[in-house]
Amino acid sequence: MKGKSFVIGVLRAVFIIGVAYIILQPLLTKLSSSFMTISDMFDQTVKWLPRTFTLQHYKDAWGFMNYPIAFRNTFSLTLAVSILQLASCTLVGYGLGRFKFKGGKIIFAMVIFTLIVPPQMLMVPMYLNFRYFDIYGLLPPPGLNLLNSVWPFILISITGVGLRNGLFIYIMRQFFRGMPKDLEDAAYVDGAGLLRTFLTIMLPSAVPGLVIVFLFAFVWQWNDYFYTTLFMGGQGKFLTHALDNIAVKAVEGRTDLLRTHYSSLISNTGMILFILPLLILFALMQRYFIESIERTGIIG
Amino acid sequence: MKNKLFRISFQRRKIIAGYLFCLPFLIGFALFFFYSFMQTLIFSFNELQLTPIGYELTFVGWSNYSYALNVHPSFPMDLAAEIGNLAVNVPLILAFSFFTAIILNQKFFGRLLARVIFFLPVILGAGIIFRLEQTDMITQLSLGAAKPGLVFSGTALQNLLLSTRLPEQFLQFIIDAVERIPLIVRASGIQILIFLAGLQSIPSSVYEAADVEGATAWESFWLITFPMLSPLILTAVVYTIIDSFTSADNELVSMIRSTAFTSQGFGVSTAMAVLYFIVIAAVLGLVLQVVSKWVYYQE
Repeated sequence: MKGKSFVIGVLRAVFIIGVAYIILQPLLTKLSSSFMTISDMFDQTVKWLPRTFTLQHYKDAWGFMNYPIAFRNTFSLTLAVSILQLASCTLVGYGLGRFKFKGGKIIFAMVIFTLIVPPQMLMVPMYLNFRYFDIYGLLPPPGLNLLNSVWPFILISITGVGLRNGLFIYIMRQFFRGMPKDLEDAAYVDGAGLLRTFLTIMLPSAVPGLVIVFLFAFVWQWNDYFYTTLFMGGQGKFLTHALDNIAVKAVEGRTDLLRTHYSSLISNTGMILFILPLLILFALMQRYFIESIERTGIIG
Repeated sequence: MKNKLFRISFQRRKIIAGYLFCLPFLIGFALFFFYSFMQTLIFSFNELQLTPIGYELTFVGWSNYSYALNVHPSFPMDLAAEIGNLAVNVPLILAFSFFTAIILNQKFFGRLLARVIFFLPVILGAGIIFRLEQTDMITQLSLGAAKPGLVFSGTALQNLLLSTRLPEQFLQFIIDAVERIPLIVRASGIQILIFLAGLQSIPSSVYEAADVEGATAWESFWLITFPMLSPLILTAVVYTIIDSFTSADNELVSMIRSTAFTSQGFGVSTAMAVLYFIVIAAVLGLVLQVVSKWVYYQE
């Protein structure tokens, strides 16, 4: 018995280390090359640790990306969008997961429907819609121009039709649906109203789902290139645009032979700067996430 | 009598509450989603010309569709390739993430670190980083010049497999599957998260009861873990399919996007998008039909 569990332990360790290598290798490559000078890149004897340690690429990438401003824009938009999406998708998920009413199945089918339509398919109508926004003629023509403002993001987020919101609704529905009915009934018997049951009984039990949805919403909005380009124009106000342009900016006005190497180094450094805030958030949320899933495990 | 009246009105209130909870989505669906969707359908039967004050439509019937299917050099083939790719990837991703979630749910030294690392692809695999890596010099160099994008392209494994004298097609399948490993790992982060959260929500009392009844670990896996996770298996299947069909890295999606801005114009692009959407809906409908049959709900 003891020998068997030892073998399992070894197999588990091999599996975990192998997969961890596959996942970490691209990240470590970026990290190590971001501190390297160009001559280190050519040096065959330099593998992971740079021989001449330099922070110059970070200084350059910081400048090329206009990092402080791009970060502020990205962070504030992402936070607002993910909180709004969390709120709207949790409400709808609860409505679909815990209530039986005529048309509930149709609404759920509509949610799946929004999910399977690639957002690129609705690109031009969306653009025109927000360019001449008139709520079906309620406002006098030519309507309001909501482009280059945060309004398109807010409107599609509070109404649960933003980027992959169908998935968030689906996740919350599955979470609420999987909860024991006794929990809810006990609250009703104790005289709690529908809203109070939702807020004080069901919501705290759904914390793992809430954390997952918030994390997804945040990460996808942070990485979003499509909607920020469509609604805000590609003016480099956001980190995704800044990162997309960084390689071009790095070689601007340079004609030397090493310019492609330099732009690759800068681009890798930029990627580190881009994902660093996500890694920090992830580290913070991870602890909370582990705690919360274990707590509900006990309540379960 | 009084009690009965109260019950009816409570049921009524529950129905109304159900609609109210869904209201934000209903508004969003009507105002932003469905409206745009119908416009896309209309555009696909027209030729769209942008003018300084808006746009003009010229009705062209089915010609955009027939162009996409008959004249376009690669659209039908790319569509078929996309489905074939999906048929291989989805079972692999599901099996890998399910297995990984069960491992990460066990108690062992360094579990927290392992969990953090396994969820990293959720962040690292996302759109723009992946796109930039495709052309980045350092990334490609680090993966070996022989076969860019593949970590396991080493010849040692291939030689080992070839020396076993098994049928060649079988070996090719194994080599293909092994070469897909990095892609599978990268696409599995969210599915692992879904399964792990599901595993955590199974009360330990159920396992204890099974243990008392004399169930083996194998039995409690198939009779407790598997049925309890089945709603989340459905979630993971749906997610995996949608993720690969609609992600911005998808070649077909970017082709549809770029077609809009080339000479073929927006009409052909929307026609392609509509056809693509029909295929997604068909695949998903089929899978939902099959998988929902054995999903178990606690009701």
